[in-house]
Order: sequence, then structure tokens, then C-alpha cells
Amino acid sequence: MPIDVNGKSLEVDEEGYLSNLNEWEPAVAEVMAKAEDLELTDDHWEIINFLREYYEEYQIAPAVRVLTKAVGKKLGKEKGNSKYLYELFPYGPGKQACKYAGLPKPTGCV
Amino acid sequence: MAEYEIPETHEFPVIPTVMEGVMSHSAPFLAKAQFQEPLGFPGDAGLVDGWKEMFIEELGNMLKKYRSLQVFMDICVKCGACTDKCHYFLGTGDANNMPVARQDLLRKVYRRYFTLPGKYFPKLVGAVDLTEEVVNEMYSYYHQCSECRRCSVFCPYGIDTAEVTMAARDILAKIGMGQKYSNEIIGKVFKIGNNLGLPEPALVDTMEGLEEEVEEDTGIKVRYPVDEKGADILLVTPSADFFAEPHVDGLIGYGKVFHAAGVSWTVSSKASEAANFGLFIGNYENMREISLRIREAAKELGVKRIIFGECGHAWRVAYNFLNTLAGPWDFLDPNYPVPQHILEFTSDCIDKGILKLDPSENDWMTLTFHDSCNIARASRIGDYPGSQFEIPRKVIKAVCNNFHDMADETIHDRTFCCGGGGGLLTDDLMELRLKGALPRMEALKNVIEDKGVTHMAAICAICKSQFTKVLPYYGMTMDQIVSVHQLVSNAIILDGQDDDEAENAETDEAA
Repeated sequence: MPIDVNGKSLEVDEEGYLSNLNEWEPAVAEVMAKAEDLELTDDHWEIINFLREYYEEYQIAPAVRVLTKAVGKKLGKEKGNSKYLYELFPYGPGKQACKYAGLPKPTGCV
Repeated sequence: MAEYEIPETHEFPVIPTVMEGVMSHSAPFLAKAQFQEPLGFPGDAGLVDGWKEMFIEELGNMLKKYRSLQVFMDICVKCGACTDKCHYFLGTGDANNMPVARQDLLRKVYRRYFTLPGKYFPKLVGAVDLTEEVVNEMYSYYHQCSECRRCSVFCPYGIDTAEVTMAARDILAKIGMGQKYSNEIIGKVFKIGNNLGLPEPALVDTMEGLEEEVEEDTGIKVRYPVDEKGADILLVTPSADFFAEPHVDGLIGYGKVFHAAGVSWTVSSKASEAANFGLFIGNYENMREISLRIREAAKELGVKRIIFGECGHAWRVAYNFLNTLAGPWDFLDPNYPVPQHILEFTSDCIDKGILKLDPSENDWMTLTFHDSCNIARASRIGDYPGSQFEIPRKVIKAVCNNFHDMADETIHDRTFCCGGGGGLLTDDLMELRLKGALPRMEALKNVIEDKGVTHMAAICAICKSQFTKVLPYYGMTMDQIVSVHQLVSNAIILDGQDDDEAENAETDEAA
């Protein structure tokens, strides 16, 4: 069940995660967010971009404390918590934001 | 939040009207070849050629290998004691979720091919032919059992439903119908070392972050070491402890306890996972291979002891089988149990007066405790009957002033599963998870209303993640679930951590 992005058909898995990470482009996040009735703001993009940078270095999404700490440093302490992240990504920063960022879904007991 | 029909909670449990097939649509994603192969299973998200003969042969092998399974297939007298004991039945009302009915999905095939009356007079004894429809029904309903064994507590013959589910899942995986969630995870353990797929550099980065965090909060350098050779203790903990909330607050707590006790410890990047999903899929070979990683890590690091973090089924595997799966452990210090649970360690420290504790740090909460099924019914923490119920409560009460238990029929060995155990903690089973959480949510709501409880503590990564997800659907908030060692972490006062610093940390948090 591929998704349509800028006229290209991209393969996603059963849960809507991009099958091939290299096919990601910002429009992928826009298309996925639109399908879930979410409008991406600069605040969302801060998170998505951080996830992508971290993934490039470590081959995994950041742990929640790594993420909140980085957000706190960059955007101010009041935003460095998971409550802020859940406000942005109601399905959970780990899963929803990873999906938009083209990362694989975090698996396990999370 | 996605839309689901959430069952109503009541002041007293209500047994639902039995309905046929209302959950027959529920089934997790099948594992594609890429997730089957690393585990030694055939197929690509569907039945393989010759599946029928393979099914019968495999069932035959299992009946010979596991005498318990043979007994469970023969001994049920349909007394009905189990029918209303399953959280998935209570939450869904589906007839096949009465444990006896779910077991019968395998039993009726067993009768057809392995009993004389079933071979000659199938209709008289409820035996059925093995068809694709029968197999699909099994795939659906054997993934509506969390292997929690609550029904077994009430069975006069002690039939272990979990074992029947495990056998069925193992057979299904071997004919091409493995479950994506569990199998993908086991593949990651083999490849990377943990369920998450957290590689060593990310693990080190995460643990360094925790060191910084604890130092900021307390002013004390508490170490969170990775792969440190010569450490006394190897901590084996669920990888969710590195990754998720509230799990990570528990991990912070383990580190503080070790620090206060003055012992050296480490986690291993090779065995950076306590969980053993080999148990969930009922496959011995995979369970063993996962366990052996712990042995290799313990040898390589030269540790003297092994301690497990807060993880329910991991402790079941470790407590019951670690010696047969990955022993002998004669290279470890014989003065300590192999393995040991983190709660045993902390409880000992409390008994010996090693920890300086200020329970008033947790005064803003009133706690209750959720017994994890695999610890309550399948293992023990401590060394006397029932100590697995008492030790967690003892530790909580040592670090919290306000505690109330939930209703008697929902705790200790009669505890309800969180609704996400046994390899079902996956988004493709969200409807089942939400409905299966009903009995626990009901008991929690009642103790919130009657006793003013504000938070529920748990000692299992699955329970913690499941409750984080389902609490909002039942009108509560995700942060009402906490780790037991998170409570310890809040209350512990480390040497050199003067009160000023503690107060500063508090004001910081409030700000």
C-alpha cells in the first residue's frame, strides 16, 4: 500500500512507515500528517529534523530523555518534556514523529 | 486518540453477555519472510506448502516432548471455572475468549488426529478437520491470550492456558504464520542485542545523558556504565528502560541504589535486553538463543552477579529457566542467587539500613501497586511463599507514605493482566489491548475514587507502556503510571547530597 508523494509512489509497511528510508523528503511528512489531520508547524519540524539528525548518527530514534533534553536546550526548558512532545504529536513522539521523519518504528516494550 | 469503543467501568465487576465472534476480526500482522527467516521459520506472511501435514506432525512432536500439553489436551472437564476469569473475555464478551473455548480451538484438532473417538466419530466428540479457516481462527484467538495464567489459578486441574497458547503459536509460526511484532523484535535481539534495535553508541550516549541528568538533579556523580569489564554486577534490564517513560525513571533509580550500596555494576551492549520474546512465541530454540547472550556477556565482562531490572516475563524466564537455558553459572559468586531481582537487592539494602530514604519526597502521590502476571503467578521475588507480593509492597511503603491496595480479587495471584502482555503490545491489536485493560482500569478507578489513589506503580516494561497508552482512554492520564524504582529514586538521599541541593532540584522541577 504505497503513498503518493509529489507524483511518486512510495512503499510503506503495514503501519504506514516508509519502507525505504532513502526515499524520504519533507513532502513525505506533509502527506502523512495530512492523512492524520495534523498540520505541521515549525515546532513539528524542529522535532522531525532532530530525529533525522540523530538517526543518521546513531541508527535509531533518540530515547525520550535524549529527545526532551535536546529540545529543552534548543527551545527552552519549559519545552524540554514529553508533555510538550505529546501536544505536538498526540500519537506519541516515538511513533508518530518517527513515522513522519521516515524512521523505522521503535519496537519492543515501548 | 483514535476512536475505539471503550467498555464501561463499574463499581463491581460485571460479567458480559457471551457473544459469538465479536472479536474474530482481531489478528496481528503476519511476519513476512524477512522476520521469519532469522528465527528459523518458513513462509512469507502466510501458509506454506504442505502446512497441514506440518501442523499435525509438529503437534505430535510437542505432545511427546511436553507431557504437560498432552495432559492439558485430555484433562479438561468443561467445568466452566475459567470462563469469566480472563480479562480479554471480560473486556470483549467474545465466546472464544473464555479460556476453555480458546484452548478448545487446538483441542478439537488434537482430538481429530490424535484420539481414537475423534478419528472415527469426530462429530460426537467435537473434533474438527484442520482447515485454513480453523488455522485462521487459531491465529486470531491465540493472539487474544496474553499468557497471563489468571484462568489457571481457578482451574481445578491446573490447566495452563499459557502453555496451550504458546504451543499453538509455535506451530503456527512453523507453518508460515508467525507474528510480525514478536518476530521482528527477536530478530533485532539477534542482530543488535535488544528489542529496540538500540546500538552500542546510542546506548552509551543515552546512559551518559542519564549521568548528566542525575548530577544536575542531585549534585552527585552517579555512574550508568556500559560494557565495563570487571564490574561486580551485570544489570540485565528491558531496553524500554533506556528509551521510554516512566521506565527510564526506574533505571535512574537502580543506578542510585547501586551507587548508595557502593557496588560496581554495568549493563552490556550484547545483552542489553532482559525481555525474552522467545517465551511469548512458545519457541524453545529462540528463547535459548536469547538467554545465551546473557551468559556470553557475563563471561566477557567477568561479572560476579547478575541482576534483572523491572520486567515481568523476563523474570519468569530468568527465575525458572536461566539455569537450564544458559547455565551452569558456576563462574559467578555462589554467595548470591543467580539471577537476582533488582527488588531483592533494594529490599536487602533497605533491611540493612544502607539506603537513606525520605519518603516524604513522594507525599504528593498516593500509590497503588499492579502485580505483574508473570511475577505474581509464574515466579517469585524473595525466598518464601508469597514474597513476590510482599517485597514490592514493602519497598514501595519504605519510600512512600501513602499506599492503598486495589480490590483483593484483582491483586496478588489473582492480579489482572495489563492487557498488553504476552507479545500483544502492538498497535495492530489496539482494540484488544483497550478492551482487555478493562478489569484493571475498573479496579484502579475504584481505588482512586474510594481511597484517593493518584498513581499506580508497576514492575514490568510492558505494563508501563500499556498503561501509558490505555489510561487516557479510561479518563485518566498517562503519567499516572510509575516505576517502582522511580519512587525509590525520588526518596533516596545520596551521600553528599545535602538538603539544599535536594530542595533546589525540587524547585527546578516545579519551575
